[in-house]
Amino acid sequence: MNGQVAFYAIFFAAIFTNNILLTNYLGMCSFLAVSREVSTSAGLGTAVVFVMTATSVLNWLAYRYILVPLDLVYIRYIVFIVIIAAFVQLVEMVIERVSDKLYAALGIFLPLITVNCAILGVSLFMVIRNYTFVNSLFYGLGSGIGWALAIMAMAGIRQKMVRSRVPKGLAGAGITLIIAGIMALAFMGFSGMIKIT
Amino acid sequence: MEAFKIKKVFTDDLGANNPVFAQILGICSTLAVTNVLKNTVVMCVGLIFVTGLSNFTISLMRRYIPSRIRMMVETLIIASYVIIVDIVLKAYMPDVSRQLGPYVGLIITNCIIMGRAEAFALSNPPGLSFLDGVASGLGYSYVLLIIAFLRELLGSGSIWGFTVLGDWWINWSIMIMAPGAFFMLAIFIWVVKGYNARKEEKGKK
Repeated sequence: MNGQVAFYAIFFAAIFTNNILLTNYLGMCSFLAVSREVSTSAGLGTAVVFVMTATSVLNWLAYRYILVPLDLVYIRYIVFIVIIAAFVQLVEMVIERVSDKLYAALGIFLPLITVNCAILGVSLFMVIRNYTFVNSLFYGLGSGIGWALAIMAMAGIRQKMVRSRVPKGLAGAGITLIIAGIMALAFMGFSGMIKIT
Repeated sequence: MEAFKIKKVFTDDLGANNPVFAQILGICSTLAVTNVLKNTVVMCVGLIFVTGLSNFTISLMRRYIPSRIRMMVETLIIASYVIIVDIVLKAYMPDVSRQLGPYVGLIITNCIIMGRAEAFALSNPPGLSFLDGVASGLGYSYVLLIIAFLRELLGSGSIWGFTVLGDWWINWSIMIMAPGAFFMLAIFIWVVKGYNARKEEKGKK
């Protein structure tokens, strides 16, 4: 695989050392907005893992077999975002038909995901880094898991934080960002493990 | 009347309703591109271009967009402008374009633009919407520039790539890395909120 990193390295790197949220700052908006309770963030996390894996594969296929042969690489932003939006819409409809329970758990998060920058970010990174098909699949999966891990950890911390007294100006977004910073510091501890660029 | 509205748009977007520290929108790129001042400036100019023009276009078309698919239409309009920015950057500033990497493309999902389109452009005339877009772009930019200035100064001891702090300065390398960005933005929000709270208290007395 001409100089490509092994897929398991990409997988673990995407979860720990190159966590999409804590080192690439993607998906911050929903991260700050939805991380109040562990159960809701687990729901959103699951939806993100699923959508991210699927869209990174779909976008890879579209990029390699449609955009590159037709020399239309420059409209990739439009193509990617349309694929993501269409996919999310489709999943929402399918879930609504198939299972009420699942729809109640995930349904409300799906529209949020279309505008989650992490999803588009994963597809763009994958194109920039020239990943193969398998690598893209595991990169999408790993990034999704990494994002879910980060948001659930944050929700856990914030649930405990409810009782603590935070300085007035820092309450809300401020303290969340500081926690995220400390989490990013902690995740930097992994950085010796694997290196991908 | 018109002049009054324009002034209100600007003061709102730059101050009380600032997209970054009041509405906490568009944080992704706020954090990602602020480690070097030069990249930040390029990013800001790109963003102002996109917010202004996409607001203008959406406002022009606002009577013809069916409300069910309006999100999709807005996204497509925004994406077209982002592509223009991307191509221009690639042609004239290849280094910066490479360093910014995917973050130029991610302007599409920057919630500021979508938020302004939804909240303002859909219900206001084109001229005013354009100004509103530019104003929120500026509101976003000056926060980014302050953060980038401090991060580059503390992290690399330089401004715009020129070393200013000399040999005695030990670089705080944490500032260029991810955690520094989080801390810096948190402190910035803290200062602004604290200042506003104090002003309010004084107003009450």
